[in-house]
Amino acid sequence: MSVIGRSVARLEDGPLLRGRGAFAADIDFPRQLHMRVVRAEMAHARLLGVDLAGALALPGVVAAWSGADVATIPPIPFRATKLKGLEPYCQPILAQGRVRYVGEPVAVIFAEDAAVAEDAAELVVVSLEELPALLDATAPPRDFDATHGTEPAIVRKGYGDVEAGFAAAHAVLELDLSIGRHSGVPLETRGAIARHDAATDTLELHGTAKKQHWNRDEIARLLGRSPTSVHLFEGHVGGGFGVRGELYPEDLLVCLAALRLGRPVKWIEDRRENLVATNHSREQRHAMRAAVDAQGRLLAIDNSFFHDQGGYVRTHGARVADMTAGLLLGPYVVPAYRTAGHFRLTNKTPAATYRSPGRYEGSFVRERLMDAIAARLGLDRLEVRRRNFVPRSAMPYARPLDALGTDVVLDSGDYHGLLDKARARFDWAGREAAVARRRMAGEAVGLGLGVFVEKSGLGPSDGVRMSVDVTGIVELVTGAASVGQGVETVLAQVAADALGVDYRRVRVVRGRTDRIEFGSGAHASRVTVMSGSATHLAGLALRDLALETAGTLLQAPPDLLEIVDGVVRRKGMAEGPVLPLGEVARALAPGMPLSRGRATPGLSTEAWFHSDHMTYPYGVHMAQVALDRMTGAVAVEHYLVAYDVGRAVNPMLVEGQIAGGFAQGLGGALYEEFRYDERGQPLSTTFAEYLMPTIAEMPPLDILVTEDAPSPLNPLGVKGAGEAGTNAVGAAIASAIDDALGGKGLVTRLPVTPREVLRMMGAFDA
Amino acid sequence: MSDAEHRIRLTVNGRAATVAVPARRTLAEALREDLGLTGTHLGCEHGVCGACTVLMDDAPVRACLVLAVQADGAAIRTVEGLAADGAALHPLQQAFADHHALQCGFCTPGFLMLALAMLEENTAMPEAEMVERLSSNLCRCTGYVGILKAVQAAAATMRGGA
Repeated sequence: MSVIGRSVARLEDGPLLRGRGAFAADIDFPRQLHMRVVRAEMAHARLLGVDLAGALALPGVVAAWSGADVATIPPIPFRATKLKGLEPYCQPILAQGRVRYVGEPVAVIFAEDAAVAEDAAELVVVSLEELPALLDATAPPRDFDATHGTEPAIVRKGYGDVEAGFAAAHAVLELDLSIGRHSGVPLETRGAIARHDAATDTLELHGTAKKQHWNRDEIARLLGRSPTSVHLFEGHVGGGFGVRGELYPEDLLVCLAALRLGRPVKWIEDRRENLVATNHSREQRHAMRAAVDAQGRLLAIDNSFFHDQGGYVRTHGARVADMTAGLLLGPYVVPAYRTAGHFRLTNKTPAATYRSPGRYEGSFVRERLMDAIAARLGLDRLEVRRRNFVPRSAMPYARPLDALGTDVVLDSGDYHGLLDKARARFDWAGREAAVARRRMAGEAVGLGLGVFVEKSGLGPSDGVRMSVDVTGIVELVTGAASVGQGVETVLAQVAADALGVDYRRVRVVRGRTDRIEFGSGAHASRVTVMSGSATHLAGLALRDLALETAGTLLQAPPDLLEIVDGVVRRKGMAEGPVLPLGEVARALAPGMPLSRGRATPGLSTEAWFHSDHMTYPYGVHMAQVALDRMTGAVAVEHYLVAYDVGRAVNPMLVEGQIAGGFAQGLGGALYEEFRYDERGQPLSTTFAEYLMPTIAEMPPLDILVTEDAPSPLNPLGVKGAGEAGTNAVGAAIASAIDDALGGKGLVTRLPVTPREVLRMMGAFDA
Repeated sequence: MSDAEHRIRLTVNGRAATVAVPARRTLAEALREDLGLTGTHLGCEHGVCGACTVLMDDAPVRACLVLAVQADGAAIRTVEGLAADGAALHPLQQAFADHHALQCGFCTPGFLMLALAMLEENTAMPEAEMVERLSSNLCRCTGYVGILKAVQAAAATMRGGA
């Protein structure tokens, strides 16, 4: 029986449960120095000078730098989209001439002890001349520097005759919708520990995550080294969610210091730093117009939006705005579409991707529109969605759009089918009747939904190296990374299935540039699809090699042999001669006769999987909420996530991804927001102000995972699972709150705070 | 800053330990830096997230808010004390694995110690009280679904084994 599709226990859990993990702060090297960052305390100011003398005089301080000391290091680059002109907006590793957000690195201290470094940081005198802070991306752009404005570019996408759609409209809807600034906020803060091995001239960076190979290449380039002389290592990662593992100024600073000071350098972010220095996300305002016919079918959408990027362009470039524009239409047929995304710099912490980037935002906007169409035309909210779905018969469905540089081709899906299943599972009809009764009794209760298409499996290529040692243990080396989601277990399951071994006999090596030359890391829900497919191919190839070798040793035709539990035997014969895989490996060792005819010795192989297109899973979220008329509090009484994942390698892990993703989506819908005062001082700098859901905020959560539409794009049929739980939470919660308020389209902004609910209640009751 | 160091005596996971610490060193830092017990994690250092929860004389405390000198003479229990290396997992640890109560594992030691104190107090704790008590710690990966199931399952095991 295949191990794929089974909820087997995770390989990762043992050390984590015993307190034996290796998170960034747990990594130490002899003679290491500790780095502390001095950060800007104004949102926008001219940087007149940095006086390091007081800090340098403190015993235990070894070095201190300001921008002048690192002026030759180029700013941190980004992964490009088609958008041009972003280069002048990249962040220097220490501020040069101006500071552009509270929290921007201005100086660094290196000391023998972390507490001494922190003491010294307080002795640094930073002279600033305050400039007006730009805090609203919808306000007119201003100057970024002497030659550049704060709107570097506009993301434009579209197709079809939008004007004709509006000319033919039965009704035109106009919406003004906003998503608040929030982010991943992993429970482990960032950390970076660098050391230079002078004996071999190798620079090592530890505490890394997500994108080791890209980061390795860029660190090497920025420091003027060859990529083969730089290696990145991943231990345990305390949550990623898009923000962890990107290349930040601190990563470069510890590397540079390790080279210049000749000692290992360790930096561990504190939580206040994390909330003002690690990537923010999500903040967008959309002005949307849509034309529909008398049946509620979409004729055209015209969407312009303002993306609040914060102080600098970071490693994602314009990817969030790009995905917002390219993936906005979700599961619906839209004959004509035009979008203009104003990508704008402000004086806040820089922004980038957070779990379901561009889709959490887009689903909120699109599904608010679908509710508005239903309300305007007097249609059932589910029916208006059914009328607009891309039908299963139209798959694969090519949209004349691109996202992340690939054409958007919906590969498979049965949106009608999943909405029907969700409706039944949630008991939408029964809940509608119950809600109606409770409203008669004076309660403010409502139902809501959001339908979405996710994207996953970003290519173009992923490779793995797989080998069997003489004890029969399989080593799988992947260029993917793990941010705690269970990558090792999933890849071990895929390898075990293809090769014919127990998945617990597979050791997965990930996140290390010294073990494999290429890799694309862990992001964009890509690992199971891309690395999983490469693992599958490698396992099959290794199985063929093992059977061929065993055939010679056992003097049997390979096609009469099979591998079961790591042992080669005659097909279906538990009795008779057998050969453990370790013995096959021994027979292929260098110098052995059977290895001589082969290009390389060993029971090992490398396999690559290539894909030009992403694969598109899809889902439905449904929510029931009750509003407290006295406090404005929103109680989520029941929630369903229905999701088609194509094929689930480990259903327990898929459900775990959905439940965790849901909690983050709920945070963004009701609680979490980075707020600023009028001068750009951040107001959410502790967990007492940045409110993440606890177990007490979690509603009864039902999860329905279906496998109705396997992907035709990969040999396993899998699609990604990491972002399903998050995608439509804002949409569904907003829809339910709006329903509780009478279905008038009052909910136009996330998060929906108690104060907002009370304000809308006033409007409703009046 | 003060260079003066204070000698304190602790019992950590049943074994006596003596460390010399500056007055400003927290219990969490003393456990991690001086005793090498890095299973106790620091998530916020301001007493909200609970990742650093350890038991001090059997009561759960935020090790980031307790100064090491305040713990002088106390018995401390950390995640490393739940099961010896190589030995079977504690029923709580096993239940966390069985019910997928961890993903990245960073908050896990804090939740294990918080739950241990709960179950040592009452293995028949009602669900509402469990939720109330567990709401003192943050997890960013799991949505808490598996954590509640795991604590309930461990409670049943510990009731049966008592």
